[in-house]
Amino acid sequence: MTAISVVGLTKRYGDLTAVDAVDLSVEEGEFVGVLGPNGAGKTTLLEMVEGLRKPDAGEVTVLGERAWPRNPRLQPRIGVQLQASAFFERLTVREQIETFAALYRVPGSASAAWLEQVGLADKARTRVEDLSGGQAQRLSIACALVHDPEVVFLDEPTAALDPQARRNLWDLLRGINGDGRTVVLTTHHMDEAETLCDRVAIIDRGRLLQYDAPGALVAEHAATGNLEDVFLALTGREYRA
Amino acid sequence: MRRLLRTPFGALSVAILRGFVRDRSALFFSIVFPLMFLVLFGVLLANQDESEIHLITVGDVPLLDDLPDDAAQSFAATFDVEAYDDRDAALEEVEKGDADVVLEQRGDTLVAHYTQTDQVKAAITRGTLTALVDGANVAASGEPPRFALDAQRVEDDSLTTIQFVTPGLLGWAIAMSASFGAAATLQGWRQTKLLRRLQLAPVSTGTIVGARVAVTLAIALGQTAIFLGLGAAAFGLTLTGWWWMSIPLVLVGTLCFMAVGLLAGAVTKTAEGAVNMANFFVLPMAFLSGSFFSLDGSPAWLRRIGDVLPLRHLNQGMLDVLVRGQGPGAALAPLLVLAGFAVVVTAIAAKLFRWDTA
Repeated sequence: MTAISVVGLTKRYGDLTAVDAVDLSVEEGEFVGVLGPNGAGKTTLLEMVEGLRKPDAGEVTVLGERAWPRNPRLQPRIGVQLQASAFFERLTVREQIETFAALYRVPGSASAAWLEQVGLADKARTRVEDLSGGQAQRLSIACALVHDPEVVFLDEPTAALDPQARRNLWDLLRGINGDGRTVVLTTHHMDEAETLCDRVAIIDRGRLLQYDAPGALVAEHAATGNLEDVFLALTGREYRA
Repeated sequence: MRRLLRTPFGALSVAILRGFVRDRSALFFSIVFPLMFLVLFGVLLANQDESEIHLITVGDVPLLDDLPDDAAQSFAATFDVEAYDDRDAALEEVEKGDADVVLEQRGDTLVAHYTQTDQVKAAITRGTLTALVDGANVAASGEPPRFALDAQRVEDDSLTTIQFVTPGLLGWAIAMSASFGAAATLQGWRQTKLLRRLQLAPVSTGTIVGARVAVTLAIALGQTAIFLGLGAAAFGLTLTGWWWMSIPLVLVGTLCFMAVGLLAGAVTKTAEGAVNMANFFVLPMAFLSGSFFSLDGSPAWLRRIGDVLPLRHLNQGMLDVLVRGQGPGAALAPLLVLAGFAVVVTAIAAKLFRWDTA
């Protein structure tokens, strides 16, 4: 079964074509990484898949439902972590996740279970402003998962984490995927993509350059190297936005 | 109740309300700060209305001692009486300006030494003392008085200080907290991407906006209760018959100023910028709308400007129903004007609104 189907997806901002005729499909239960330099169009692509932006051309289907315009049948089935700051101000960790649970009309018991799972049970009474970067990151992931979605989108979930937090989060993400959920994440860490992802999509200047298993990409483009060498070979070495 | 709190609307409202009561600066600026002005005006200007006249009696003044009860009472209300034995010392007090009048009785003649510095006090002093002597003359003649004066007070537009400042300050407080709240929420949520996150949840925009509106209305009613309660308890504020018509005025006024805040949030890029912009709208408006002092003495063109400001209409409506004793009809025109402003400004804000900063 196909979880996500993207056909000819295009988005323009004035003269800039942020996403240029992208075709992409993600199977159910698959773990897919979206890689690309800053400004490559990753965020715009994901926002269209999540139903936050209207495509100028092309089609997006998620779990057999159209993504745009906002689709209330699809929304409860997808979970999106935007960035670690997307919280209600001055609420505690528990209040935060319970509010999100209520927005999806799931019982409060799910909140406690997810706090336990992301290791924040002992921080339940802490205000979100007082969390460390890693704790906030984990809370935002728990908030994205509290309604038990089938497809999960994660936007650079390991940005600004120390190695310990990063490894713990990997285990968490593997677990989420192992439960049968489809996971799509963006990242700048090639080792992370290589370790976690079944397939990676490398995007630059709005175009999909490669979409294959990390091992296959390495074999084809940088036989003696790793995924980072593939990435640099495909996207060049000059500074980006 | 618990079930309501678990609905998206209830949970959002609680989250917003918690965010508000835990925000010390928001609490300060919407409740404590305007109350400080109320206390300031209440205490500083409390004695302005009853200017008591400082009167010193020298030696015996039998005429005063023999006053009938009701006359003695009104005499006491007008004068702050002090008795001196030393006539020169008493006169010196008047010369220095510490006392207003020295009163002595020489046989059947009442002698008053008074200062002209304050013309109003001087007139009151002369008038009251003359009436006192006239009354004593009539009583001494043994004849019943032929003419009588029946003085009746007319409800006029001039109000005592606390009566005047409470509705205006309340209007300003509501305008401030409604517009700041809307502006800061919109900007803050947009910046943290919470707005985007909420867009992804199966919750309609109406539910999100509705929760924010419900919380702001509840806060405005709380402000009203605190203001009127404190005014009545501590500063002698007296509410007139249809005072509760202020409730719809407060609610519609809140909607109107939330729209102003939304507009400020829509045209700015940061939360600080949004609050500054809201302040830029509201503070000058408060002066031009007579929130702090009456505009009756100001030039006509200035009052014309006030007429096109929503806060002016809110203040007028509140004055009319809270303290001027006017009926519910007095609130009708302000309600319509405020609702009109709310609709127009919301439409402009919606036109300029963006879900995210990009």
